[in-house]
Amino acid sequence: MEILTSIASFIAADFRTATPLILAGMGLVFSSRAGIVNIGVEGMMLVGALAGVAGSWWFGSAWYGALFAMAMASIISLIFAYLSVTVKADQIVIGAAINILGLGLTTTFARTLFGLNTAPPAIDSFSIIAIPVLSQIPFIGQAFFRQNALVYLAIILVPIASFIMFKTDIGLKVRAVGEHPKACDTVGINVYLVRYITILVSGLFSGLAGAYVSLGLLSFFTENMVAGRGFMALAAVVFGKYSPKGILLAGLVFGAAEAIQFRLQAAGTAIPFQFLLMLPYALTIFALAGFVGKSRAPAANAQPYEKD
Amino acid sequence: MAENILEMKNIVKQFPGVLANDHVTFTVEKGEVHTLLGENGAGKSTLMNILYGLYSPTSGEIWLHGEKVDIHSPRVAIEHGIGMVHQHFMLIPALTVIENVVLGMAQNKQILDLDKAADEIVALAKKYNMKVEPYQMVENLTVGEQQRLEILKALYRGADLLILDEPTAVLTPQEVDELFKMIRLLTSEGHTVIFISHKLNEVMTISNRITVLRGGKSCETVLKGNTDKHQLAKLMVGREIDLQRVEGLPDLGEIVLEMKKVECMSDKGVKALKGLSLEVRKGEILGIAGVDGNGQDEMLECISGLRKVTSGTITIAGTDSTNEHPRNILARGVAHIPADRHKRGMISQMSIKENLMLIDYYKEPFSKNHLLDWKVIEDASKRMVKAFNVKTPSIETMGGSLSGGNQQKMVLARELDRDPEFLIAAHPVRGLDIGATEYVRERLLEERKKGAGILLVSTELEEIMTLSDRIAVIYEGEIMGVVDVYDATVAELGLMMAGSRKVELDATTY
Repeated sequence: MEILTSIASFIAADFRTATPLILAGMGLVFSSRAGIVNIGVEGMMLVGALAGVAGSWWFGSAWYGALFAMAMASIISLIFAYLSVTVKADQIVIGAAINILGLGLTTTFARTLFGLNTAPPAIDSFSIIAIPVLSQIPFIGQAFFRQNALVYLAIILVPIASFIMFKTDIGLKVRAVGEHPKACDTVGINVYLVRYITILVSGLFSGLAGAYVSLGLLSFFTENMVAGRGFMALAAVVFGKYSPKGILLAGLVFGAAEAIQFRLQAAGTAIPFQFLLMLPYALTIFALAGFVGKSRAPAANAQPYEKD
Repeated sequence: MAENILEMKNIVKQFPGVLANDHVTFTVEKGEVHTLLGENGAGKSTLMNILYGLYSPTSGEIWLHGEKVDIHSPRVAIEHGIGMVHQHFMLIPALTVIENVVLGMAQNKQILDLDKAADEIVALAKKYNMKVEPYQMVENLTVGEQQRLEILKALYRGADLLILDEPTAVLTPQEVDELFKMIRLLTSEGHTVIFISHKLNEVMTISNRITVLRGGKSCETVLKGNTDKHQLAKLMVGREIDLQRVEGLPDLGEIVLEMKKVECMSDKGVKALKGLSLEVRKGEILGIAGVDGNGQDEMLECISGLRKVTSGTITIAGTDSTNEHPRNILARGVAHIPADRHKRGMISQMSIKENLMLIDYYKEPFSKNHLLDWKVIEDASKRMVKAFNVKTPSIETMGGSLSGGNQQKMVLARELDRDPEFLIAAHPVRGLDIGATEYVRERLLEERKKGAGILLVSTELEEIMTLSDRIAVIYEGEIMGVVDVYDATVAELGLMMAGSRKVELDATTY
């Protein structure tokens, strides 16, 4: 019985650690499919993390905090969109700049808002919602149905994103724009508009993912608290072969690595904890290096579209 | 006289530095096949891209069905019943046939009903004696199938005026016949077709009327019945040209290139060459005919040492050169005019003198103790520019700012100045005007006379048949057969280009 309990609690932990990757991934999958490599997602998540805390503090509710986080991150994403789509600057360079901007902005504003070395104010955060009846089922209840709202939301978003991507007119346009923007132009699709919208969507969801990190996993902001989860979300998109369902699985794999390292640390193994901390990141590198079969990127990946 | 479906009046298109269309007037009647004839760079595609809304004209008017229209985007063109099949297909390989068909249609519902669209496209295809598999990925289609899909895509959007931009460039002669059947069927139903080409035989076969563009101007519209190939050629080029082959048979020398059962992989990791064997002798031009993408590029890369040969041998001038370093291969008297001059032939951001030195820069007398001797280089460059008639203000001019013809002359100067024993010429006149084309061809024939062996790769059968002494046909990485030019017929070459072996063809004849 004990072993079952610990497996269930491990699964629950896996979903908790996978959620920021899945949330950000559901936005990134659209921008990636449209041919945008948005490495700025790390910075956008960080902005979301701080804005989430600030919003919750000001407006008194974690939900308002999440909305505020989405709004702030989407502003950052529009800067990224303007520079990469309209100005046609290199997406990687712009993305890196956005990350530095995000780190600088959040560090500065966090100190201005909350001061240095002061005890964090009590804010509303996302609390565990036990689903009635289902959460009472032995094992399954503990593993799946005692989570906070954003975890449920992340899972529900997966089939919705999948439906939009593969069954709707908008999804078809997004997929086509990432493959062959010129061909889209010849059938009357506004390539720039599609790319702007998908980047905005990735901004909204990275903001939400950031708010989850600060209001779901913890209930306060610390400097650089996203800690590479944005990059891991991007890796999950590639690892998940640019499909929402794949990203869910990839997110759970990366999440499991993080959950395992927590367990191992707590269990006090002989392995130095620094190595354990590396686990999710090492797994990300392995995934990206193509050890798990080929993932085909959109043909027009990272290429600005130039109308002649 | 039939109704004018389209009138383009005094169209002017000014690109930075180039006047692509200079007061072009072009009128098309309902139900006709109207050819736009002209050399590369005459402004045909520009004019059609204006009609399709991809470019906006600097000035001029477009009238459709007697009404003035403003076509500022392809969406407007589609709404007006204009469909265009571009020279480079506008299909998305990673999507299915039916996704490509419905992509971007204004009539689409938010949630796509692909099954309904699939039924419709199958029915539409059937009407034109075609088969489509709606759920097949486009990347799995042959070039001919992709072209038919492009036509269907346009018809599905309700096109009654269809623009076909150089549709035959990628087809075998038999596929061209199929295309022409389809065009006739379309016009018999009241569709109108604008056919863009520079191939006179085809133009004379399919057109009702022909409008010739030259240097961005429309010079004349003629009825097919009132003209012939020679008149068209003269209109197109602006002077008399000789369409006949003049060279006699060569004096054959020793074998300079021998490929034996060569195999290699493509970039996609599939076999690009499957046991390809051929030989080139000194003093001859061996033409490689074939539809683009059948292993021509990989073959040339294997010969020049840029791609790994996985099995078989390549011997150049009697020395085994399989998987040899490119510099050693060049040292065996090999010269290479690459297919894509901007990618492989020159460096646009370097001056002419630097471009001319790309091969020999490290050798004496151009370089001593790893220091370049610019005086020597400049003298040599000036001599080469003069000898090869490169029109440029100076040898300091950037290679990229030369015209296409002069860029190619610069490449020729570098490659031929070394007196090669073996010359690879891949699409040597692609994109050149007629003057430069003639110049390049003369230089090739001159090299042949001097005794060099030449391997000529081209997808233009006319070019192959005009220049080659022998013709080898490549199909899916193999040689289907080799014929002497005097025995070659377009029909036989066409069948080989579509994958029939010469031995099989010979067997069926008897």
